[in-house]
Formats: sequence, structure tokens, C-alpha cells
Amino acid sequence: MSIFRRIANLFRRSRIEREIDAELQSHIALRVESNLAAGMSAEDARRDALLRFGNPVVARERVTAADAALGLESFWFDLRFSARQLVKSPGFTLTAVLTLAVAIGANAVVFSVLNALVLRPLNLPGAARLYNIEDRGEPMNSYPDFRDLRDRNRAFDGIALYSFESVGLDTGGDPQLAWIYEASGNYFDVLGVHPYLGRFFSSADEHGPDSSPYLVLGYDYWRTRFHADPSVIGRIVRMNRHAFTVLGVTPPQFRGTELEYQADLWIPVVDQQEIEGSSGLDDRNQRGQAIVGRLKPGVTVAQAEGDLNAIAAYLEKTYPVDDDGLKFSLARPGLFGDMIGAPVRAFVAGLMLLAALILLAACANLGSLFAARAADRAREIALRLALGSSRLRIFRQLLTEAMLIALLGGAAGIAASLFLLRALTAWRPLAAFPVNVPVDPDLRTYIVAVALALLSGFLCGLAPMRQIFRASPWEVVKTGQAAARGKWKLATRDVLLVVQVAVCAVLLTSSLVAVRGLLRSLHSNFGFDPQHALLLSTDLNMAGYRGDRVPAMQRRMLDAVSALPGVTSAGLVDNIPLGLGWNETSIYSAQTTDLRASNELAEAMQYSISPGYFQSAGTTLLAGRDVAWSDRKNAPAVAVVNREFARKIFGSVAQALGGRFQQTGKQVYQVVGVVEEGKYLTLTEDPRPAFFTPLLQSPSSQTWLVVRAAGDPQRLAAPVHEAVRALDSAVPFTLLTWDRELDSALFAARAATVSLGVLGALGAMLALTGLFGMASYSVTRRLKEMGIRMALGAGHGKILSASLGRALRLLVFGSLAGIALGMAATRLLSFLVYQATPLDPLVLGGTLLAMLLLGLLATWAPAQRALRVNPSRLMREE
Amino acid sequence: MAKNDLQGSLDLLVLKTLAQRGRLHGYGIVQHIQRASDDLLQVEEGSLYPALHRMEQSGWIGSEWAMTETNRSAKYYRLTAAGRRQLREAEASFEQLVKGVRAMLRYA
Repeated sequence: MSIFRRIANLFRRSRIEREIDAELQSHIALRVESNLAAGMSAEDARRDALLRFGNPVVARERVTAADAALGLESFWFDLRFSARQLVKSPGFTLTAVLTLAVAIGANAVVFSVLNALVLRPLNLPGAARLYNIEDRGEPMNSYPDFRDLRDRNRAFDGIALYSFESVGLDTGGDPQLAWIYEASGNYFDVLGVHPYLGRFFSSADEHGPDSSPYLVLGYDYWRTRFHADPSVIGRIVRMNRHAFTVLGVTPPQFRGTELEYQADLWIPVVDQQEIEGSSGLDDRNQRGQAIVGRLKPGVTVAQAEGDLNAIAAYLEKTYPVDDDGLKFSLARPGLFGDMIGAPVRAFVAGLMLLAALILLAACANLGSLFAARAADRAREIALRLALGSSRLRIFRQLLTEAMLIALLGGAAGIAASLFLLRALTAWRPLAAFPVNVPVDPDLRTYIVAVALALLSGFLCGLAPMRQIFRASPWEVVKTGQAAARGKWKLATRDVLLVVQVAVCAVLLTSSLVAVRGLLRSLHSNFGFDPQHALLLSTDLNMAGYRGDRVPAMQRRMLDAVSALPGVTSAGLVDNIPLGLGWNETSIYSAQTTDLRASNELAEAMQYSISPGYFQSAGTTLLAGRDVAWSDRKNAPAVAVVNREFARKIFGSVAQALGGRFQQTGKQVYQVVGVVEEGKYLTLTEDPRPAFFTPLLQSPSSQTWLVVRAAGDPQRLAAPVHEAVRALDSAVPFTLLTWDRELDSALFAARAATVSLGVLGALGAMLALTGLFGMASYSVTRRLKEMGIRMALGAGHGKILSASLGRALRLLVFGSLAGIALGMAATRLLSFLVYQATPLDPLVLGGTLLAMLLLGLLATWAPAQRALRVNPSRLMREE
Repeated sequence: MAKNDLQGSLDLLVLKTLAQRGRLHGYGIVQHIQRASDDLLQVEEGSLYPALHRMEQSGWIGSEWAMTETNRSAKYYRLTAAGRRQLREAEASFEQLVKGVRAMLRYA
């Protein structure tokens, strides 16, 4: 019978009963008919028919019952009965619903993140055919290379170039910091986006450097900064003091070509010189831009890579110095190619796996709860069997109960996850860069969450199946509980508990590894001391400073801040180590003229610094001298190198002093000092070579002023602010403590630690309740036996091992299995977390200790109960 | 000795009847069982119908309303494919029961 007919039957109840009546009546009538044919009198014929038929009312009721037994009617009955059962035991219901809510909620959140970062492509038309073009595994290309690729490739419908930058935007008041995309003219055409207002810039607007003073506003920025004013189109605003015309506004959902970067506006990359004060548009070796391309229909990734590398071979031949070793590949766009994308995808996938484990543990937990409940209701079940209920019917009722709990838990979990996801979507984790990822749940998230809830309800409901189908109506005759099982006979419940404990141990191991790694990285030697330091970041170019006015103003800022009371020292650096910007260049021997990539000695980090930087940063000078103000533009070029640089290029610190080296054919430097090495790009990196050049010899308009404070650096914020404002009120800058700035470097490790920690705590909670349930159940079951044992003189040890031994054995077994699995799993973490290794005595010991504590905590109350057994009272009970 | 209770026997009788006679109403089933068993088996007529309805819910038999030869409307039952399978199983299990009981009775 189809479900619709069953529902229809509900409303046509009387019709069905009429039909049953008619059938029974027709039977009696047929009997009367044949009785009459056999020669009976009318009265006798009817009497005989009724006699043979038996009580018609009873017959009708039994027929109705047979019809309803598997019908929808009985489903409503089950539902009402289940609801009553659940209300009757609120403790059980609440535990079960909460457990599931937590597990489903965790899964919904993690899935939503996975969906946003991995499953969902960029929110652009035909995003499946968009790819980043990477050179040697990094999404960094030079503008001249881009032009050659654009004009020579045959695999793409179009390729566009973009990079990030920050500017000072002046709309007729205080200049404010804005984050922009610098994009090639064809950017919007390649992406296939249409403006919400006005128009976009296009290739037709590009006529050489600084030829295209146009900008396109992002929708959100237009709403917040320009109050959604449509008359803004055509208005002229000043960016870094240069006039730009507002061309148009992007559509609301458009976020550009990166998922994580929330830009305010877009400008043509040909205006780079004007905006940044310098330009790499002619420099084939300056690789700082990403390329996104739309594959032609029918072209495979491999074909496209073949096409690109044919161009690479041509470029290498034509520009042997700059394009030596060029090798292109395609990567999924959205998270800066594979550079951020690959580890993020691996980590989120790992998180999803852990969340699934949490759900599994929750199911195991609930399954054993349900099994225990069914065991406690063994007598009720036996009674119902004896009264003629079918096993299927009882099983169905218990399953309904489980489903009801699953749906309640699922709904609660989804509701909770919505709050968390909304917070995550609004979150801007970094102070120095507009990172933001919208992770709002879409239909897919809801479907997954509901499906998981139903699945877990079904799994939990299955747990007591074996018991029901083994239950015998004789059980009802017997008094008391069933006898204990054999010592090592494995019940479903035991398996479930081991699974749960193992999952918990996996989660604990991974979160401890992550926490340890984070602590290590917080206390590792950065090569600078972020405490008690304040950072002031400016780009004088934004305020219209050019040429010689830049170093002069920088010197004035430095002097003004140094003179403030409470400042021990101050110094300038063009990029802050472990920050989001850096320069990496090739180092050659001083004599060579062969400047191909294959002839380089090393790749080294390069920083421009003022005198006093090392002191302010807390970097130790090992030998020689600091840079000095006398190292002017026309003075001999000098550099301070780090120990790794000295070792790698010159062999030792002593040999490095006075030594000479060459940077990509631009300059030959003489080493005047050596400092300790530090962390420059990531916390997990191996020591890398770095050198520091005087700011006067390698000028930069963009600097970080490092201010070392005698006390709390926060207290210096106001005076520093005023001192700089007093020099020039039009200079936009940001002020923050170095600790806060480090958030960006620590972000990945922190995010990993927090998410693993939360999942670990959830896992521990589930293991705790699971163990507790198991222990108290086994004590309850054997309370009477314990009483007898005690009466016969058993000691406390015997009682405890008899009542809790099983739970503890399972705990140990599960923990060991979990730790072994956890060790395998944490290999994944080493990408994100500094020195992540599970073979750390502290991690191993910590996990074991935590599991032991969990066991102790979970079995404490049941153990107390077992020990407080009063034999004489217990005997009287039944 | 699985499922060889009285209910099982009634199911077997009904299924067998429908297998032998095709479409039949409840009264016809009662009569056929009585006739085919030489009056040895008399079904309590009222208890036939819950069994019929249960078997219909289980999908072993189907039903439809039709007219009898005497122009009376009655509900007719017929065997389904699942019912045919069920019949084979029930027959086999009944044979086992009979064999077992007979062996038991002959045990000296």
C-alpha cells in the first residue's frame, strides 16, 4: 500500500470499516444462502450462520487491527507512544538530544566551511573552467610574461592578471586605507561579470602606463563608504593623491578572484606606477601577480599546460636571464593557487573527517544508550511479545523513538551551527589584511545535516535490534535481571564503546599535537622580540610623497617618535618579518656576469632598514656593525647579513665580514655586519638566508616603524599617533602592537589548534558520557550479584574489578587504538603547525593521562554506588 | 521448530486453497477447506478474516470486490507472487512438522 493511500485511509477510516462490515456481512449472507439451499428454515439458517461465524464484533475489531498493524495509523500511534516514552525519561532524552545536537552542529559547521572553501567554486559564471596559472608551483608571474602568455596561448578563451594592494583613498575628507585589486584591462571580460552600475574598465582603456585613471567600486564598499549613492558614477576621487574616475559598481555577490581577500575596489594594473610610486610592469623578473584564465571548451588541463610550457620554452630561449627555468602549471583558483589552497583543502578535509568521527562517536554513544534502555525494558518487551505483538512492531516503535530524537537533535544542531556560521562569516581574523571568507550555509549544508541526523537516528535505532529479536516471552516469567554474560564475549555495546574511546583518543592526540606545536612556535626564537614593541605602518606614497621627500619624511618621523618619553629605541624596515609582504631575491657571486637562475648561489630575503632597527626589533648583532646614516645613496653599497646567509655564501661568520655579493645584477654589496637568523615567511620554515640594506640606499615609501617601549606598548599608541599627525595630518597609517601583528603568522596554527581543540573537547565529552553510561549500567545490572558477593565477604577491590573491570579494559584498549591512529593522523598537521610530531613524550603522556582521567571521572560515581551496596537491603528488594 | 503454530497452519490452508482454486471469497475458502479435507478441518469462520487481512497487508494475497454467481457482492482474494513463495516455504516447514510429530508418535 502506498504511503498516500495510507494517509488517505486515515481520513476514510469509516469507509474502511464499512468495507470490513460489508465483507463480513456478505460472508454470513452466503452461509445463510447455502443453508437455505440445504433445506433449513430461514430462522435456523441464520442462527447456524451466526454460530459458525463467532462473535462478529470481535472479528471486526481483529480485522481492523490486522489492517492497521502496518499502516500509517500505527505510525501515528508509535509517534505518540514514543513521544510519551521520551517525556517520561527526560534525563535520557535530554542527554541523547544534546549529544546529537553537538555532533550534528559540529558537522554542519565544518561541512559549511568545507563547502565554502573546497566544494563551492568561485562565485563566477562558468567557474569550473577558471584556473590559476602557476610558475614553478607559485601563482606569481611577471607582467611581461603575462602579456606573452595572453597573446600566444591557444588553450584559453582569455587570461587576466591581478594583484593586491592597499591605497589611501581620499573622497574629500580624511584619506582612508582601502584594499584594491590591480587588474589587467580584460579582467572583468575574462570573468564574465557585468556591472551593477555604470561600466567596467576594459582592454580598450589601456594605452600604456598610467593611461587609465578609472576605478570600479565593490558593491559592499559602495554601500558602506558611498551610502549606495548611484550618482557616484563619474565622480572623481583621489587615490594616493592621484585623480581617478569612478566607472562602475560590481554586482552584490562579486568578490573578485580570491575567496579569502575582501577587496574594496578595482583599478587597471597599467596605473601601477602612479599608485605604487614604482612599477614592475617592464620587469620580467618581478613576479608578484597572479594570473587567472578561462579554458576553452574541450581543452583539458594537460593540453593547456602543454600549450603554456611551449610558450615557456620560447620565453626561456628569448629571455635566458629572466625566464630561466620557467615552468607553468594550472591550479584551482580561489585560495591563491595551491600556495594557500593545498594546505587549506587538506586541513579542512581532515577536519571533516574528524567531525565525522565525532558523529560516529555520538552514534556509538547513543546506540549503547538505546541498547541499555532496551535491556532495561526487556520485561516490557517480553510482555508485549507475550501479548501477541510482533518483533517487527516493537522494533519499529523503538526505531521511531530513535528517529524522533535524531530529528530533535538535528534541528537543535542546525540552529546552533547557524549562529556560529554567521559569526564566522562576519569574522575578519587579521588586523593587517582584509581576510574574510563567507561560509554561510546553503541548501547543500541543510541537506547534509538532515541526512546525517536521519542516518544517525537509524544507526542508533539499529543498536537494540539484536536484543529485540532474541528476546523471548519466557523472560517475563523470570524475575530479576538476566545473568551476566561471559567475561570476554563481545556485545555490540562493547564494540561501540571501544570505537568511541578510540575516536576520542584520536581527537585528543591531534589537538594536543596542535597545542604543543602552537606553544612551541610562540616560544621559539623568531629572531626578533615581538613583546613590548609597537608598529606603525605607513606608505608615504599614499600621501603624495615622491623621490627625496620620502627618506626625509621617514627620518623626521623616526626622530619625532624616538624623542617620545617611554621609547627606548625606534627603527624602520620596509617589510615586517612574518608579515604579509616580503622581498625575495637571487644572490650571485660578486664576480659573475652569468645571471641565469641556474647560476644563483641562493634565494635570500631582502629587507631595507634604518639604523636602530635591529636594536628596536631585538635582533642580536653577532659581528661587525649596524647600518648607519652615513650609508647614503652615493656611499659604497653595504649590507648586514644573517648567520645563515654568511654560512651559505661565505662559509662562516668571520669570512662573511668584508665579503661581497651581487643581487640579481642590480648591485654589489659589501658585508659590514652579521645578525642572528630569524623566521621570515612562516613559523615552520627552516633557517633561510636574509640580508639587510640601508633604507637610504634601497629606498621604499612603504615602511614599518618599530618602536621599542620601556613598558606597555599600548600606552605609547596615543603619543606616537599624535607625533606623526603633527608632522603631516594627511599621512594614513595603522598602529598596532607587534604581538597583534603576529596574528597573521600565527593564524593558521591558531585556527588549527582551536578547531582541533573544540573537536577534541567534544570527543572527550562523548567518551565521558559513554563510559559513564556503560559503567553505571554494568553496576546497576550486577548490583544484586555485588550484594551477594559482599555478603560472602568480597573486598572492595574484588567488587570494583567485578563491576568496572570491563569498562576499564575497554577504555585501555580503545585508548591505545586511538593513540596509534592519532599518530598516523597528525602527519597531516605538520603542514600547518610548527614541529608537529606525535612522537612527543608530552603528547603521548598527556593523551594517556587525559584518557585515564576521563575513565576515572566517568567511573567514579558508579564505583561509589557499587561500594555502597547494602547487601541486606538489596536482598529484601525483590 | 519454527512457526508451526496454529496461525501458521491457517495461513498455509488459505494460501493452498487460493493456489488450487484461483480467485475466491472468504466463504468460498472456508467451504473449500472443509470439502477438500473431507470435513476433517473446520475453520472458525470469524477468525479467517483477520488472517486474510493480515496476509493482504503482508502482500501475500490481493483482493477485489466482485459479484457472486447469486449476484451478491463479495470480496475476492487471489495469490500474489510473494504469496506463492510463502506457500512453498510454509508447505516445506509443515512437512517437517508432520514428519517430526509422526516420528515422535512412532517412537517405541
